Amino acid sequence: MEDIKLSIEPGQIVTLIGPNGAGKTTLVRIVLGLLQADSGEIYRQASLQIGYMPQKMHVESTMPLNVFRFLQLSGKHDEAMVDETLTLLRILHLKRRQLAAVSGGELQRVLLARALMRKPDLLILDEPAQGVDLAGQAELYALISEISSNQGCGVLMISHDLHLVMSATDEVICLNQHICCHGKPEHVSNDPAYLDLFGARASQDIAVYTHHHNHRHDLTGKVTHSHDD
Amino acid sequence: MIESLIQLYTTDFVLYALAAGICLALVAGPLGSFIVWRRMSYFGDTLAHSALLGIAIGLLTNSNPQLSIIISCLFFAVLLTLLERRPGVSTDTLLGIIAHSSLAMGVVVLALSDSIRVNLEAYLFGALLTISSSDLLWVVAVDAFVSLVLYIFWNDLLSATVHAEIAEIEGTNVKRLNLILVLLIALVVSVSMKIVGVLLITSLLIIPPAAARGLAQTPEQMAIKASCIGSISIVVGLTVAFFLDVPVGPAIVVAASTIFLLLYFYPGVQRV
Repeated sequence: MEDIKLSIEPGQIVTLIGPNGAGKTTLVRIVLGLLQADSGEIYRQASLQIGYMPQKMHVESTMPLNVFRFLQLSGKHDEAMVDETLTLLRILHLKRRQLAAVSGGELQRVLLARALMRKPDLLILDEPAQGVDLAGQAELYALISEISSNQGCGVLMISHDLHLVMSATDEVICLNQHICCHGKPEHVSNDPAYLDLFGARASQDIAVYTHHHNHRHDLTGKVTHSHDD
Repeated sequence: MIESLIQLYTTDFVLYALAAGICLALVAGPLGSFIVWRRMSYFGDTLAHSALLGIAIGLLTNSNPQLSIIISCLFFAVLLTLLERRPGVSTDTLLGIIAHSSLAMGVVVLALSDSIRVNLEAYLFGALLTISSSDLLWVVAVDAFVSLVLYIFWNDLLSATVHAEIAEIEGTNVKRLNLILVLLIALVVSVSMKIVGVLLITSLLIIPPAAARGLAQTPEQMAIKASCIGSISIVVGLTVAFFLDVPVGPAIVVAASTIFLLLYFYPGVQRV
């Protein structure tokens, strides 16, 4: 990767998009401090609190651990504050449930709750809607937007669902080893560099970014493959 | 039978054995839980095997046997941690190589030196009943130290086990914690050699937590219940060994695995 320049302001949502191997996750790991960049500089606001939501988590079934205890691993938190966060994310009913018994989509919200526990100034989300059903995805992005504006925290996220994050994103950065183009979502989706990277299909149907619309069902519910989408 | 039981548990050496065994079982509960959660049982096994080399070197150089076992175990723990980060050989293969080559080297070194006559079986399967008061002191001191360190770092260790990256971003020094955990395992393995022996140490670390899993709702419950199950295994194993005249170390492990099987197949206990 080279020639990367990005900044995130409080309350701003920046979305990283790009093909596989573009360096999205690497860039995020550098911002997180998990990786050191070979060259270049990172300026962080003094005492910046980062909340991180990983792409996925392996839940170790040999460890008995409920959602409440999982959230407490980041520090001793006031129970009322935990309840408030869980309510905000609409998963209060999961509080006493074992982590191993939580579904994939619910687990994403639990991970988001963990990231919010320390009242972050900067929220970093690696494909937050992965494994979440379509209705849930829209709701999740709306929540992230709401959190960002209510708590004034900056958000940096990797997402493939450009059509879903459109309304919630202030800036889109299209990455492929370098920054191909950036700007407002509607600007980026018409940028030649973007079209070049993702092909004409992307402009015809932006749903190429989700994997939920790549087949259809007939009346009996059987999957029929159609190639027009 | 009750009379002989009373006689058994008022004899000095049996009491030493019981104290050392229970002491080990108590610390093995929480420490073994981490070994189960982190899937490190082969790692513990490798450390235990390499302890035999420590014994051989200790005997050759005429140093304090317990001290030389501790030093060699700590050395191998650090060595394994360093080697684990090298690409090219999988951790699994690496552990297998070190476990068996160090065990073999230990046996060869012991056999080569004519001046030393040791009872190899005692080191392989344990000799709990030959525990002296100074052995007991080592066990108590090391186990107290390990428990204290576990207590201090408990939440951080849990957090690093559940998700290392989140823990790191939240300010936990994950690398340091991993090293601490490995050194604690090395310490406990090195003092438990006399109790169950090189070949059986890991089983005492992993069977009680595995048995306790179905009875636990929190990590702490699992650790404490594992300590209880381990202690029961020590008492049952010791008693059975006395009445049936069989080796104590294996009897303890058989007792532990029986409890595991009973709990695993008992209806109503949550299975994982």
